[in-house]
Parts: sequence; C-alpha cells; structure tokens
Amino acid sequence: MTELIDNASSSESPIMTETAPPAISAGDGPLKMTTRNVDVFYGEKQAINGVSIDVTMDNVTAFIGPSGCGKSTFLRCLNRMNDTIPIAKVSGEITLEGEDIYAPSMDVVQLRARVGMVFQKPNPFPKSIYDNIAYGPRIHGLASTKDELDNIVETSLQRAGLWGEVSDRLQDSGTALSGGQQQRLCIARAIAVDPEVILMDEPCSALDPIATAKIEELIHELRGKYAIVIVTHNMQQAARVSQRTAFFHLGTLVEYGVTSDIFTNPTQEKTRDYITGRYG
Amino acid sequence: MANTGTEHTVKAFDTDINELRGMVAEIGGRSEQAIAKAMRALEKHDLELAAEVVAEDKLIDELEKRIDELTFQTIALRAPMADDLRELIATFKISGVVERIGDYAKNIAKRVPVIAGTHKLGPASLLPSMSNIASELVRDSLEAFARRDADLALEVSERDQIVDDFYTSIFRSVITYMIENPKDIGEAAHLLFIAKNLERIGDHATNVAEMVYFAARGEPMPERDRGENPTDLLEEPSNGR
Ligand SMILES: Nc1ncnc2c1ncn2[C@@H]1O[C@H](COP(=O)(O)OP(=O)(O)O)[C@@H](O)[C@H]1O
Ligand SMILES: [Mg+2]
Repeated sequence: MTELIDNASSSESPIMTETAPPAISAGDGPLKMTTRNVDVFYGEKQAINGVSIDVTMDNVTAFIGPSGCGKSTFLRCLNRMNDTIPIAKVSGEITLEGEDIYAPSMDVVQLRARVGMVFQKPNPFPKSIYDNIAYGPRIHGLASTKDELDNIVETSLQRAGLWGEVSDRLQDSGTALSGGQQQRLCIARAIAVDPEVILMDEPCSALDPIATAKIEELIHELRGKYAIVIVTHNMQQAARVSQRTAFFHLGTLVEYGVTSDIFTNPTQEKTRDYITGRYG
Repeated sequence: MANTGTEHTVKAFDTDINELRGMVAEIGGRSEQAIAKAMRALEKHDLELAAEVVAEDKLIDELEKRIDELTFQTIALRAPMADDLRELIATFKISGVVERIGDYAKNIAKRVPVIAGTHKLGPASLLPSMSNIASELVRDSLEAFARRDADLALEVSERDQIVDDFYTSIFRSVITYMIENPKDIGEAAHLLFIAKNLERIGDHATNVAEMVYFAARGEPMPERDRGENPTDLLEEPSNGR
C-alpha cells in the first residue's frame, strides 16, 4: 500500500466534517472483496475518506451518490485502475479472496483480468467482433487451440446476450455495432478472461432505454457467476439491478445496506434526501 | 427516516403530494361528517338528513377515485422513494379505507327509516357516545396522517379498544332487550347493526393509523393486545368488506 498522508484534515477539505463510518459488511454470501479505511487523494485533494465496504459473490452491489462524490474513484481502487493516474494516492486495505491487491507481489495485469471493468462509454477496439473477445484470452494464454478460442468467443458472446445478434458477422468491426451492442461486446470482452469480479462504471449512461434494459437483464443473468459492482447515477437502475446499495457523499460512505431497505427506509437523513430528490 | 417536509428539487412533486394531502383531508372530513349526520338523523328520526348522507356518499366515492388516480400517476411519473413512497402507498390505502368508513355511515343512514325512534330503546342510549369516539378516532387518524405523527397514530389504535368495549356492552344489552321485548326484535337488530358499523369504523380508523405509522416510521405498528372479546365468536368473519 502507498503511505498514509497524515495532514489530511486540512480545513479546506469539505470531506473532513464527517467521521468515517465503521467497517460495513454487506451481510450474507461469501465475501469476494473487502475494503477497509480506504482513502484516496488526488494530490492534496481527498476524494475518498475512510471507506470500508465488503463485496459479496451473490449480490450485485450498486454505488450511488451525487456526481463528484467519489464513486468512480472508489470503483477504480478495486482493480487498481487508479495506478494509471499519477497524482492518485490510495491507502487502506483492499483484498480479493483475502489477498491484498496492493501487495508488491500482486500482478496488476492478472488482477485486472480477475477484476474486469466496463466503462461508461463503450470502448470496443477498432477490430473485428471476434478479435475484441479473443484479445484477452490470447494475451492471458487461456486458449491453446483455435477451437478453444472459438469456444471462448462464442460462450462469452452468449453470456453477454450478443451471440444471436452477431454470430453471422464475427468478422465485422466491433465499432460498427449499435451503442447497446458495443456495451454488451465490452461485457463479453471482460467475461472472456474468466474474471471473478466485474466492475461497471455507469455502463448505461450512453444508452437508450431498450439498450439499457438489455444490459440490466444481462446483469441479472450474470449475478452469482461473477461478483458485480455497478456505479450508477440512476437510482431507479440501482434499485432494479442491485441487492446491495452503497450511498456515497463527498467522498464518504454514508450508508450501505440491502437495496430494498435503502430505497424504502434509509437510516441516514442524507441518503433519504438524496434518494427522494431533495438533494441540493 | 421520517419525512421532514423539506422541498423536493423537482417542485412539481411537492405540488402533487400537497394536492393529495388536501384530498385525503377532504375525504376524511366528509366521512367524519357523514358519521355525525347519520347519527343525528338516527336520533331525530330525520329522514331527509339520512337521505342526504346517502346522496353525499357519492362525493366520497368520487374523491376516492381521484385520490387513487393521482397517487397512481404520481408513483408512475415521479418514481418516489423512501418516505415519499411509503406516504403515497399509505395515501392509496387510506383513501380506500376512508371510503369504507363513508359506506358504514351510509349504512347507518339507510337504517333510519326502519327505526321509529331510538329513544324508546334503552340500549340505544350508548350509541351517541360510541359514535363520538368512533368519529374522534377517524379525525385523529387523519390528523396523524396530516402531521405524519406516528405517536398519535399509535394512540388512535389504542383508543379503538374503547369503541370495542362499547360494542360489547351494547351487544349484551341489546340481546337482553330482545329477550325481554320480542316484539321490538327487528328494530333492536338494526340497532345492533348500527353498533357494529360504528365498531367497524373504529377498526378502519385503526387501519388508517397503522398506515400512518408505517409511512412515518418505515416499520409496521406494534401489535395491540386486544384481550378477550366475548362477542368475537359471534361476529361474521370480517374481510374488510
Ligand atoms: N484524475 C483525477 N484527477 C484529479 N481529481 C480527480 C480525478 N478524478 C476524479 N477527481 C476528483 O475526485 C472527486 C471524485 O470524482 P469521481 O470519483 O469521478 O466522482 P463520481 O464518479 O462520483 O462522479 C471529484 O472531486 C473529482 O473532481
Ligand atoms: Mg463517475
């Protein structure tokens, strides 16, 4: 782990008005990832303050909160995507299957295969549909024969609910697909390397309602096969797709619990004000 | 988390909610008035007033429909969450329950023509006090809704016991009266039904209170210990209809 920054509570930081919540468990189901007292700084500015969340295998976990509250920042900690941002400093403890993912022995490329990520804007490679899926398994050496690779491509596309739409044109460019199809292609690409966790950062924000519904349906189908964490600014979506919801506000975790409780009877006034549309 | 009444960012939502609250207050006020008028018609044997209660019940039915429509629409269009959602669900259910209270008042009014005058029937003397308390429960349950007051709601449900006790007491004296005055058995049976209607009104006010409690607290109202009620066995199985 990177070092803790001690003088964090400078007076201009709005985050420090809150005391960090205690470690919060997601309840039932085998734990996939745990995070304890995670802080993230961008230079001097603290973006995440003492967040502790457990992610279970059986539940889809949603991160909600006003824009800029740190959802994406925290999500990116889970597969060390923040490493790519030079001024970002992450501290605290994050484990995957009990293993410290920030330990020096951790292979980050391997980690990002185990903890895959789907972004807001679909970002297929400018290559064929087939190659978009085959790329990961190839570099991770998951297939030794052409047949095995074909098989991975087909299974991944099937799991992502795209097979029926593209099976007869696997050599077409991935970028020629519709937005919703591109996003499912990106999900298939993440699935192809046989991940344990899939992180999704506002995966539907660029999609129309039908394409969104298809992704949400897909999330339902993938639940249990992978631990899924989704960031969404759409509360209805969080309510629809997740079983656990975490509400972030100004870099702190305000409330984490069973989704239906959060949306029918939140315990924190801030959560309630946000989900009922009384924020700001 | 209880509704603190702070405004929504989308102001039109507040407009809808306030309109609904206004309509709930109105339907509550009308059914309370229907009980009072029906009881006055009964005491004075005022057939005209009784007919008025029956006619005015249509307004209550209309209001219920309008409340349900607007609640439905608000839920669909605004996708409310947390206490907003609980309140709208409560509104939906309360409008149905209050409409039933109106029906009980109408039912009392309909019996007025067949009862020559209650004064000569001894057991009837308890009816005005019983109806006062039943009306009070209706008023307070809706007051609790307006104030989002879970404590007042709880109190309403506890006070319903008084109405139940009245009913038990009237039930016994009417039975005794029937045995002693077989020729008045028809009228006495009507009186018993009226007492039963008032008892059901109390139950319905309690239902309203339970929904208010849930809307405010997000958890069901704790069960009230009803104790033994000797007339329970004689009641028709009640399904709220
Ligand atoms: N690469 C970055 N460099 C500096 N500050 C950043 C960077 N990314 C995010 N931030 C800041 O961190 C805070 C949290 O941002 P972010 O995690 O993107 O929030 P959210 O996803 O909830 O909208 C914001 O104040 C944002 O400006
Ligand atoms: Mg973001």
